[in-house]
Amino acid sequence: MASILPLQLSHVRLAIGTTIVAEDFTLALAAGDPTIVVGANGSGKSTLLRLCHGLAIPTGGTIAWARDPKGQQAMVFQRPSMLRRSALANVAYGLKLRGMPREMRTAIARDRLCRVGLEAIADRPARVLSGGEQARVALARAWALDPQILFLDEPTASLDPAATRALEDILRAMADEGTKIVMTTHNLGQARRLGADIVFLHRGRVLEHAPVERFFRSPGTPEAAAYLAGELPW
Amino acid sequence: MAIFGDAFATAFSLLFGGDRQLFGIVALSLQVSLAATLIAAAIGLPIGAALALARFPGRQTIVVILNALMGLPPVVVGLVVYLLLSRAGPLGSLGLLFTPGAMVVAQTVLIAPILAALARQTLEDAWAEHCDQLRSLGASLMQSAATLLWDTRYALVTVVLAGFGRAAAEVGAVIIVGGNIAGVTRTMTTAIALETSKGDLGLALALGIVLLSVVLAVNAAASWLKSMSVRRYG
Ligand SMILES: Nc1ncnc2c1ncn2[C@@H]1O[C@H](COP(=O)(O)OP(=O)(O)O)[C@@H](O)[C@H]1O
Ligand SMILES: [Mg+2]
Repeated sequence: MASILPLQLSHVRLAIGTTIVAEDFTLALAAGDPTIVVGANGSGKSTLLRLCHGLAIPTGGTIAWARDPKGQQAMVFQRPSMLRRSALANVAYGLKLRGMPREMRTAIARDRLCRVGLEAIADRPARVLSGGEQARVALARAWALDPQILFLDEPTASLDPAATRALEDILRAMADEGTKIVMTTHNLGQARRLGADIVFLHRGRVLEHAPVERFFRSPGTPEAAAYLAGELPW
Repeated sequence: MAIFGDAFATAFSLLFGGDRQLFGIVALSLQVSLAATLIAAAIGLPIGAALALARFPGRQTIVVILNALMGLPPVVVGLVVYLLLSRAGPLGSLGLLFTPGAMVVAQTVLIAPILAALARQTLEDAWAEHCDQLRSLGASLMQSAATLLWDTRYALVTVVLAGFGRAAAEVGAVIIVGGNIAGVTRTMTTAIALETSKGDLGLALALGIVLLSVVLAVNAAASWLKSMSVRRYG
């Protein structure tokens, strides 16, 4: 399938009422290894993902894909919402929307639930699952769509270290299979483990976009250096 | 106090003696209110869904009007429906006045706004919770509406039951458009009003007990549904 990447954002701006939520997002995202988005609370990480994913429409600038990305992207939200049906049905739901026959979508959903380690609870109502389980259902749900690009907004924020590692393993496997991962996190250890390149946001701007090693070794802006110094050591 | 005791005695002998007149009145009441509830649900739920999900100019005004219509006085509804259905009225040719059909129309007008307004609130909350997720998965507005109607089905059944309770218990509208004709348009509420004014408290009280039981059963069903859905689906 022809790639929808690279994704090019040029001077993307988003104002909601009088609040400027994004000042200037200029960024290119190419196919390949995971891109990790970091920055302080309120720097615009979630907003960047929402803009890329098409959930927010920029009030200025342009967002350009190589091809029409319709149906080729998926997102895992920080607080995943679950429908009042089984975990399996939640994972299959996106495929149902696309008109896939029941047996096929159930088979795919079951496979994805297996791969996130939830085969045992496939038939349980999704809303009564624990936070960590719901996070994995959300990942399986996005994965079922076989997206070319997957946005994840702090997917491990509510997970314990073991679950966090498990999720990282899954993301690495997905990346190896060719899915572009774009993920926000406050966990710099995770950024190092998973990321190939880092996007650093500060007050609604992309201040840096650099390979992981270089970003951590010698951040190019005082803001990034201060951010790295302020975060807890890993 | 003696009057009360006598009335109760008569009431129980009527209730458990299988009184035909009583049975006819109860059956007609339930039929009329059930029909009105089904029609009002068919009209009110889609309107509630449209108001919850769609954004269009004038929406806020409609919501305010709808909420106000929840408190429509039954006698006013009865009067307006009477004028519409009377021989000289715009719908006079239907010949519905003083038939059960007229009572169905009046109760439908009375409770459709209630169902629409309560459904809108329920669906708007659900939409707020699932909006991003559904859009991310590529659901159209129609698909989202269908999904949320299904997802909130237990809450909506409770809403519909509330509408039924209101329809079954009102007297002002049906007495005007039905005329309280014995054996034709005499419902529990109109019969209670009539028998009380005639001094036949036994029959009035018997009907009152049946009506109360119906309302109680409906409320019990509603709360059972709610707790069952919370237990099963979270
Ligand atoms: N819908 C909104 N209305 C007003 N301000 C918003 C809205 N969404 C986000 N913001 C503001 O935009 C800034 C960036 O938010 P966000 O992208 O959520 O940051 P992050 O995810 O990096 O913590 C914050 O200051 C936030 O308060
Ligand atoms: Mg955020």
